[in-house]
Amino acid sequence: MIMRPMRRFPMITGHTLMLDDFLTRAALAGTGVAVAAGPLGSFVVWRRMAYFGDATSHAAILGVAMALALGLPVLAGTTLVALAMAGTVSALAGRGWAMDTTLGVLAHSALAFGLVAVSFLPGVRVDLSAFLFGDILAVGRVDLAVIWAGALVVAGLLVWRWQALLTATLNEDLACSAGLNPARERLVLTLSLAVVVAVALKVVGALLIAAMLIVPAAAARSLARTPEAMAVGATLIGILATFGGLGLSIAQDTPAGPSIIATAAVIFAVLLVASALRRAPASP
Amino acid sequence: MTPLIEAQGLSIRLGGADVLSRVDFRIAPGEIVTVLGPNGSGKSTLLRALMGIVAPSAGRVLRAPGLRIGYVPQKLAIDRNLPLTVRRFLSLPRRVSDPQAMAALDRTGLPRALAGRQLGALSGGQLQRVLLARALLGDPQILVLDEATQGLDQPGEAAFYRLIEDIRAQTGAAVLMVSHDLHVVMAASDRVVCLNGHVCCEGTPRVVSTAPEYRALFGLGTQGALALYRHEHDHEHDHDHGDDHAPHAPFSHDHGPHTHA
Repeated sequence: MIMRPMRRFPMITGHTLMLDDFLTRAALAGTGVAVAAGPLGSFVVWRRMAYFGDATSHAAILGVAMALALGLPVLAGTTLVALAMAGTVSALAGRGWAMDTTLGVLAHSALAFGLVAVSFLPGVRVDLSAFLFGDILAVGRVDLAVIWAGALVVAGLLVWRWQALLTATLNEDLACSAGLNPARERLVLTLSLAVVVAVALKVVGALLIAAMLIVPAAAARSLARTPEAMAVGATLIGILATFGGLGLSIAQDTPAGPSIIATAAVIFAVLLVASALRRAPASP
Repeated sequence: MTPLIEAQGLSIRLGGADVLSRVDFRIAPGEIVTVLGPNGSGKSTLLRALMGIVAPSAGRVLRAPGLRIGYVPQKLAIDRNLPLTVRRFLSLPRRVSDPQAMAALDRTGLPRALAGRQLGALSGGQLQRVLLARALLGDPQILVLDEATQGLDQPGEAAFYRLIEDIRAQTGAAVLMVSHDLHVVMAASDRVVCLNGHVCCEGTPRVVSTAPEYRALFGLGTQGALALYRHEHDHEHDHDHGDDHAPHAPFSHDHGPHTHA
């Protein structure tokens, strides 16, 4: 295994059409991820599941190693391992474990074991940085279809369960008393997280998936007065960050995935300062 | 009358400790029942078991089929990252129309202007009423209130209980509440159940309130209430609960004033 320098641009062969095409695909891929990550990331923030996202996305690297070792499609490997990790974490949380430390241990060991496992693969030259930081500029048509299919499934699932998810997030006893089952709603989020991790791996990479969930949602918080506004705002900010990040990547030859997250972080900071300034005259 | 909720020999163990043992309980339509007990007496656990949130270790809980429960939790911890207006909260878990939401605010004595406020920005008293308004929107057959007046001052508490009585009168909903304050509760309740891991005693407060013992116990503010707790939980509990703690019986223990000097 070798660590190649982070992939930035695919070779440009002179056809401007092709340039347009890979940039269009990249923009569409990022938009797809944002459609799912906006509402899901809002729940991650509301339920304080940030480390949950880390553990699940870091486990995806282990899934990559297993898929390559077994000759399975990478998507299948990452989905299965992300699902197993998300399920484990969810079950532990349900039993009232102290999650901060447990999740920290799980998140970092999943990543470490994944990296070690990849190095054991015989004769496979894996561009590990693509899995760690994403390779959005190399997204193909099939990737795009997979990303959008996953994103629409997750968004559909969240919209369908929205009222129940929100009630269970606010207060589980309240949900129970209304005949809802909080464990089922937790499962919805667990499944969604695994799907988003699997499809976003190609776009922003295992190290930054959690950021794609949390940063746009946190940025939307200062604008929103209702949960729905925050979820939609998070999606729009995610899309804006994708376009801004890709623009930065093209103009300055920076790595695309981290550029997208950096753009989202700048949007977060600007909105935070703006809302603080707006509120300032009212306070003494 | 068929009870809305009935517990038979309900026992609950949590983390290896007996929280409730052999509790018999029933609440009929339209009845106001107050469960009293010190901290750790299993009041909240009883409520959660009756609503089906905790499973019994032994015994059983029967609920009327399709029972609509309006639950007012003890408190609502709202993550500051969750933006939630009063109006939006009233639409959980079931979406309600604007006129319905406004009617619920009116009914609980809240100004309509509160609809646009963030839930986290409300005072304790306002939040309690908003929680109650939300519970009422489900057209409940039974309202369940867990220490609903915690954090309210005494006039606020009295007003809240008057509101509960009014709602019962208007809707015919049964009311099951847990409280630490005997003082205000006594007037509103049809029946009071004293709990300390098991049912110590239960009875109609009216009978008790006219008795001279009641004056001795409750005439002195919360000190009286505390005296009752002490009395109830100091005595021996080795007798048969099925017999002398029959539902609807007046307080079966002798509350002689000499014991609370």
